[in-house]
Amino acid sequence: MATFVEKLGDIDRRIIFIVMALAVIIPLSVRMSLPIPISAGPSLDMYNAVDALPAGSKVLLSFDYDPSTMPELQPMAIALAQQLMTKDIKIVSMALWPMGVSLGNEALISVSDSLGREEYVDWVNLGYKTGGGVLIVRLGSDIKSVFPVDYDGNPVDDMPIMDGVNKLGDFDMIISLSAGDPGVPAWVMMAGDRYNIPIGGGCTAVSAPQFYPYLGTGQMVGLLGGLKGAADYETMVRVGVENAPAGTATPGMAAQSVAHLGIMLFIILGNISYLVAKKRKGGVK
Amino acid sequence: MRLAIPLMITFVAGMIMILQFFVPATQSMGESLQEWYMIVASFAIFLGAVNLLHIHIHKIRFKARNWKYSPVTIAGFAAMIITGLFLGIEPGKPFDYMFTQMMVPMGATMFSLLAFFVASAAFRAFRASNWRATLLLISAFVVMLGRVPIGAMIWGKIPLISEWIMQVPNLAGQRAVMIGAAMGMVATSLRMIFGIERSYLGGAD
Repeated sequence: MATFVEKLGDIDRRIIFIVMALAVIIPLSVRMSLPIPISAGPSLDMYNAVDALPAGSKVLLSFDYDPSTMPELQPMAIALAQQLMTKDIKIVSMALWPMGVSLGNEALISVSDSLGREEYVDWVNLGYKTGGGVLIVRLGSDIKSVFPVDYDGNPVDDMPIMDGVNKLGDFDMIISLSAGDPGVPAWVMMAGDRYNIPIGGGCTAVSAPQFYPYLGTGQMVGLLGGLKGAADYETMVRVGVENAPAGTATPGMAAQSVAHLGIMLFIILGNISYLVAKKRKGGVK
Repeated sequence: MRLAIPLMITFVAGMIMILQFFVPATQSMGESLQEWYMIVASFAIFLGAVNLLHIHIHKIRFKARNWKYSPVTIAGFAAMIITGLFLGIEPGKPFDYMFTQMMVPMGATMFSLLAFFVASAAFRAFRASNWRATLLLISAFVVMLGRVPIGAMIWGKIPLISEWIMQVPNLAGQRAVMIGAAMGMVATSLRMIFGIERSYLGGAD
């Protein structure tokens, strides 16, 4: 007869779902807050790389994601825009994903309004074009033929921010916030390696491990991985900035902490049940 | 002819794209091909939209399984197209409202549901059945704790160990996968260019 411990291995998945829901809802409801320790790693490398750019530099920010990955990537977009605009670095944005345009626009407008920056002078959103890697190669030789007008339909030739920007090589850095393909790998291979431009990136937590080889070789200057990367960046950007608006990633880390503990607890329970059952059947001596 | 023409186009286009790196005279041809690709890819979006409509109208017509969801899909598709085309896509317009107030939360919800399935799947499948599985389990625990603030609160070195796992064993494994995939991609591309691999033609022989 199965013991109570053995039965633990057969918990109804609806109980797991309820516990997970509570693990996320309660910390968010009570505004649980945990300190975000910043240690050496890709997030700090990313911050330092952007911080080292002089005022007036031009950065291409590509919003290569859609609403499904927005909770992880949108806080990165906002924190990056805050850092870039605060340092008076010009942002030329675009998207390899159709829905990334609107999300990027939303982030840029909110930060621009809060810092009093001007569209077409301090930032511009060129919009979306299909083509992925091939599009990036075309941008490498001529940006204005690919994007003759911006997202709002205004000619890019008339914009002060586009003075001296004709090809990818005219940018001081490219940053891709990527939820899949096309995204970070395409920018690394088609832009970073071919035109020797520093590439930074942000991605979902599940895809972060696959980009570590690019960090190891120096093909990427830094990487923000998942909600943790976003929370790290929010924390670093807010240091020394008075009345900096609170981001959404930092409060999310408390919920993620509890959720991770919940998952670990279930895995431990499952394994205890498995080992007890195995021992009873004579599998473990 | 049905076979020869696509094979010839593939061979010529493939060779031009390779040669443009080595023969400057072919560079402009390569650039033209890239522009053609972007135009064809744009048409593919249109084709995808037409295909979506075709599939769902077919499902409604023949009352196929789960056909009741198809009118919702078509209605959503039509609403976005009509408002976007006729009323504009600027912030504050109905298109933007539907995007920010409906598509964004629904998309985020779908992705968030993964957390529940991951928890359930991890509970049922993550078993320390042998030493390799146990090693994987321990690594997963360290990385899970290292990715959240509570890990550093438990022991200050957990984030450092987690980062080491990502930067050394993970990097080595990922690099092996990447190199293997790249070699496979080169081999498959050459097979396609030289007409050995023909499955992309949709079974025509």
